[in-house]
Amino acid sequence: MPDLGRYAVEVLSAYTGAIGLLLALVAASLWKGKKVRADLLEVETRRRKKS
Amino acid sequence: MTMSAVVLPWVSGLAVIFLLVGLIWGFFFTPDDFRQGATVKIIYLHVPAAMIAINAWLMMLVCSLIWFIRRHHVSALAAKAAAPIGMVMTLIALYTGAVWGQPMWGTWWEWDPRLTSFLILFLFYLGYMALWEAIESPDSAADLTAVLCLVGSVFAVLSRYALVFWNQGLHQGASLSLDAEENVHDVFYQPLLLCIAGFILLFVALVLYRTRTEIRTRRLKALVAQERIA
Repeated sequence: MPDLGRYAVEVLSAYTGAIGLLLALVAASLWKGKKVRADLLEVETRRRKKS
Repeated sequence: MTMSAVVLPWVSGLAVIFLLVGLIWGFFFTPDDFRQGATVKIIYLHVPAAMIAINAWLMMLVCSLIWFIRRHHVSALAAKAAAPIGMVMTLIALYTGAVWGQPMWGTWWEWDPRLTSFLILFLFYLGYMALWEAIESPDSAADLTAVLCLVGSVFAVLSRYALVFWNQGLHQGASLSLDAEENVHDVFYQPLLLCIAGFILLFVALVLYRTRTEIRTRRLKALVAQERIA
C-alpha cells in the first residue's frame, strides 16, 4: 500500500466510490442481460412447442 | 448480433486488462505531485470518466441523428443503451472531482462553468433515461429522446469547452494537451493513457452488451404481444 499521507481518506474514498459505481453498472447490465435472455428463451421455446 | 458476439469477449477482456494495469500502475507506482500530494492519483479515475461522460452523449447524438434520418432501430436502441453508462461516468466525474476539490480548493462544490455544465449534463442523462421509460410507444420514445439528445448536446459541448468559453472559475485547464508544457508529466501521463484506453474499451463493451439486451427486450415484447393477440 503506498503512503498516501494526509490525503489517504480522499484518495481511498475516491477509488472505492468510483470502482463501486463501475462494478454496480457492470453487475446491473449483466443481471438485466441474463434475465432478458432467459425470458426470451422461455417464450421462444413455448412458441416452438405450440407450432 | 453475430458480429457483436465475436467482438464482445475481446473488447471486455482488453478493458479489464487495461483498467487493471492502468489503475494499479497509477495507484501503486506513481509518485505524489509536489502541489497536490497523493490526491493526484484521483486523475486516473476523474479524467477518463469525464471524457467518457461527454463522448457518450456525443455517441448518443450520432445514433439519434441516424434514427432521425434513416429510422434505424438499432441506432435508437444503442443510444438508449449508452445513457446509463454515460450517467454513471458523469456521476463518477462529479464525485471524484468533489473529493479532490475539498482538500485542493477548500470546497466540495463551486458554481464554476465546467462543474455547473457537468451537473446539467448529469440531469440531462437522468431526463433522457426517464423519457425512454415514460413513453410506451418505442418509436415515439426514440423520436422524443432524440430531440432531447440534440438539446442536451449543447451542454455536452459546454462541459468540454466551458473553460475556453468563459475562462474563469476554479477548474484548471485540460490535463492532456499536445503542448508538452501544459500536458501532465510523463510519469502520470503513461498510466493515465492506459486508464483512458481502459475506460473507452469498457464503454464499448457495455454499449455492445446493453444494445444486445435492448434488441432482445424488443423481440421479447413483440413475441409476448403476438401471443396475447393469438
